[in-house]
Amino acid sequence: MLRKRIVPAIDVLNDQAVKYIQFRNPTIIGDPAELGKKYTEDGADELIYLDTTASLKNQDVKLEWIQRVAEQVNIPFSVIGGVRTVDDFKNLLRAGADKVGVNSAAVMRPELLKEAADIYGKQCVVLGLDAMPIYNDDQEIIRWEVYTHSGHEKTGMDVVEWAQQAADLGAGEIICTSIHKDGMKNGYDVALIKLLSEKVNIPIIASGGAGKIEHIEEVFSDGKADAALVASMIHYGDYTIGEIKSYLHSKNVNVRLT
Amino acid sequence: MIGIIDYGAGNLHSVLKAIKQLGYETKLITKASDHTDEITKLILPGVGNAKVAMDVLDRSGLSDYLKERVSDGIPLLGICLGMQLLLEKSEEGNVDCLGFLKGSVPEFTDESEKIPHMGWNQVTDVQNHFLFENIPEETDFYFVHSYFAMPENREDILGETNYGINFASVIGNSQVMGVQFHPEKSGKYGIQLLDNYCKQGDK
Repeated sequence: MLRKRIVPAIDVLNDQAVKYIQFRNPTIIGDPAELGKKYTEDGADELIYLDTTASLKNQDVKLEWIQRVAEQVNIPFSVIGGVRTVDDFKNLLRAGADKVGVNSAAVMRPELLKEAADIYGKQCVVLGLDAMPIYNDDQEIIRWEVYTHSGHEKTGMDVVEWAQQAADLGAGEIICTSIHKDGMKNGYDVALIKLLSEKVNIPIIASGGAGKIEHIEEVFSDGKADAALVASMIHYGDYTIGEIKSYLHSKNVNVRLT
Repeated sequence: MIGIIDYGAGNLHSVLKAIKQLGYETKLITKASDHTDEITKLILPGVGNAKVAMDVLDRSGLSDYLKERVSDGIPLLGICLGMQLLLEKSEEGNVDCLGFLKGSVPEFTDESEKIPHMGWNQVTDVQNHFLFENIPEETDFYFVHSYFAMPENREDILGETNYGINFASVIGNSQVMGVQFHPEKSGKYGIQLLDNYCKQGDK
């Protein structure tokens, strides 16, 4: 049986792994490759690096740390951030990334997903999708809308329709981040993840909102997620990946124990 | 020395890196004339589309090269798409493959399972084989694929994995073998499997 995956997300600024406090004030927590190696040894199933470096001038710096990750990590890893063209895919894959994530650029030009998938295969094309709920007058969620530019810009697009379109074009996997949950530590947006998992026939990685170990079980059991992204829970040392997996195993979630 | 077939496969460099880190000498083979007598084993990596891959192998003469070396008795390990190419035919692009093992490569059609089959899944050994040495039963490996190998002969199935159906995840014999998963991305037991292949017969 296919295992449910635990995927640590590591933010990278220039060539350092950082953590953000309230989305600001980055503090360095280590080297991207060494941190990745540590999480791999702790039982991570895959890694996601979110490159938060704004300047394009740092392209060489980026390729250098990706190469170091590829040298030291022997599980798959994705790189997301700043990808706009098929050439960007080529450069990151050549540097050693297994998958490349694209977010705003795919909304602006959806064909990018198809162009990348045609050359490199769907398995390395990851769609980053940022979602926000839309409420009716009774404060009930009626649907979710796609946001871009790190959650700052509203697109008017429906999340499920966009996810289906992206899967048809060539996305092999979706990382869905619920903006209103991100950093709140009160649980994933289980209703959204469940909806996407049922409506889209590619794997869904749930992101945003994990604060307690129970939240991860919930997004697998109720949300039907294929993978759960974890960040602050492990970066701050609240839990190790081993503890998370032991807990999930005790709750009959099918995880890989190492 | 391990010869690694270089036909532009996406996982070439991670396979190469893993073999080097194990301490083996390696040589990339982009054409038949790259061959040297020091090469005692071959690896065929692969990610992507079967038809595209076979077109490249056929045009570059690497298909003939592989057939000649295999008939000389040199061992060959196919990884992921490289494993599927060992069979006679793939439904992906409806293409004739290398044909070292009898059988075909159909697509997953179970609609209750997501495609591609992506992530960690267990391999059950159905035969004793040196590839499995020092690897526990039911070990997880990392898979990414939408097509799967269907060997005609039961004795060519070395390991199986369940994804809606039981499919052959390790195939072959003592000379030509393939793994559907990515050992180079499957943590320490993946590396162990590559070591098992590379060291076989050399000690």
